[in-house]
Amino acid sequence: MKKTFASPDSVSGESRDALIDLIYRLADDDLILGHRNSVWTGLAPILEADIAMSSLAQDEIGQAVAYYRLLHDLGEPDPDTLAFTRSAQDYRCASLTLLDRGDWAFSTVRQYFYDVYKTHRLASLSDGTYAPLAQLARKVRGEQKYHMMHSRMWVSRLGDATDESRERMQRSVDTLYGHALGLFEPTPFEQIIADHGFCTTESGLFETWRDEVHSMLDHAGLTIPGDVTPKHGGRRGQHLPELQLLLDEMQQVYRLEPTAQW
Amino acid sequence: MIRCNHVVQNDKLGDPGYEESLAAFEARIAHGDKVEAGDWMPDAYRRQLIRLIHVHANSEICGALPEGGWIPHAPNLKRKLALIAKVQDEVGHAQLLYRAAETLGKSREEMVEELISGKAKYSNVFHYHAETWADVATISWLIDAGAIVNQRMMAEGSYGPYGRALKRICYEEAFHLTHGYDMCITLAGGTKKQHDMLQDALNRWWKPIMMFHGPSDKESRHNEILMKWQVKLKSNDEQRQEFLRQYVPKIYELGLTIPEEWNLRLDEDTGDWHYTEPDWAEFLSVVRGNGPASALRLRTRKMAHVEGAWVREALEVAARDERMPVSVN
Repeated sequence: MKKTFASPDSVSGESRDALIDLIYRLADDDLILGHRNSVWTGLAPILEADIAMSSLAQDEIGQAVAYYRLLHDLGEPDPDTLAFTRSAQDYRCASLTLLDRGDWAFSTVRQYFYDVYKTHRLASLSDGTYAPLAQLARKVRGEQKYHMMHSRMWVSRLGDATDESRERMQRSVDTLYGHALGLFEPTPFEQIIADHGFCTTESGLFETWRDEVHSMLDHAGLTIPGDVTPKHGGRRGQHLPELQLLLDEMQQVYRLEPTAQW
Repeated sequence: MIRCNHVVQNDKLGDPGYEESLAAFEARIAHGDKVEAGDWMPDAYRRQLIRLIHVHANSEICGALPEGGWIPHAPNLKRKLALIAKVQDEVGHAQLLYRAAETLGKSREEMVEELISGKAKYSNVFHYHAETWADVATISWLIDAGAIVNQRMMAEGSYGPYGRALKRICYEEAFHLTHGYDMCITLAGGTKKQHDMLQDALNRWWKPIMMFHGPSDKESRHNEILMKWQVKLKSNDEQRQEFLRQYVPKIYELGLTIPEEWNLRLDEDTGDWHYTEPDWAEFLSVVRGNGPASALRLRTRKMAHVEGAWVREALEVAARDERMPVSVN
């Protein structure tokens, strides 16, 4: 039975640093992907899909806020400061989340890869030893279940419906697979996180992710590309130029009067 | 695709029995009954309603664009979430309204095609650019306020499906108005730069706002018959007065001014606001597609429609070949 950590005061030293790094990854992935998904609002292929994608974006950004609050409780700045004042190298999101939205196939495949990852991540966090995070993860799982159903439905329907849909989906799988592998980038804190029972290891998560994704893509008539190099760097703050552009866009109005209320 | 074939039965002037059916129809309306989808109705009533609901639905979907463009720039997390939810509501309203129009026999596909080809109209206010964050605040407060004045009245109209859709829409619009008013209060009471941003936005938006409820009663072609059939219960000028009475004092309370060229003044005896009549020729030109942002709006809607065509096609194929649902862990 692992020791549980009931409150922010109960973690210190390197375990605290490790926990903070883990929560930054969770929060930044959700904020940045939510930002990308929100851009579909008003522009999706059908009104019903538009409304659903917008809900996904709201859930993701809302969950990012909840993670930022946990960070604030651990002594980090408040959520708005974290979202609107950090520079790109301070973000810990994976490259999968920050790529531009692309076409509907691109956003669909990205969302599917991310949702499978997140579903397994949340399952592990829910059993984790840091109580505030485990409690939040259990709550988020309720929403995540529907995201997962939604993502599977889209992959299943578009995977082999028409020649064009299959071609577009396959192209997105080929482009995004390496970025998806980047979600599991090893970090210097990995062993501490696993040893303290905050969450399972990245390699453990990857195995469950891979099994599920391969089976689903096969079912949808799509092929996993061979010999893909994982796109690492995001978890260390080394990002593609897209992130700086995204942050410039996101922080544009805020920067007009950084000390004002908006 | 949902098909809404209605049986056309002697519903035009000159058809056998038309006069009797019309008299019974008008008696029902006078009695306060609602007209439902399958009921007999004059062809002219059906056409007017399709026209109105179609324009309204188009306005919701085009209205998602000026504010939607600001979602990536919202200056804090609370505003970001609220703005996404607000624009999502507008898209949801379009969906509800296209459905209401479908009950009268016109498909969503036809309506969308007419919108992107430039044949169908949408509200004048969405033919303008949202230039700054303060425009988003102004639209969300005052355009939504104007829309509520119009839609609360239309919700009491004689066509049941439209009225029910509008009641739900008004409920959500009330939240939008609160969200917009809160943004305006924050900007008006913020730094000088923020206050000036808001004043500039109001200066830009006042003309479209004054035109929002449509041409003056002296000029409006549709008013008389729509009021007789209780599709519309108040004239354009009555709605404009109602809006001014409610919102001009609130605008002044925020320390904002309305551009002088409008000569806005209150008649203390009647409570009416007097103002310089808007240029209705300009209004008509704007809604016909000659506004500052008209070309951009249409181009954006068309791009979204064209780029989504393969998805709609794939969904139709997938629906024909529906697989077993994928299980959820």
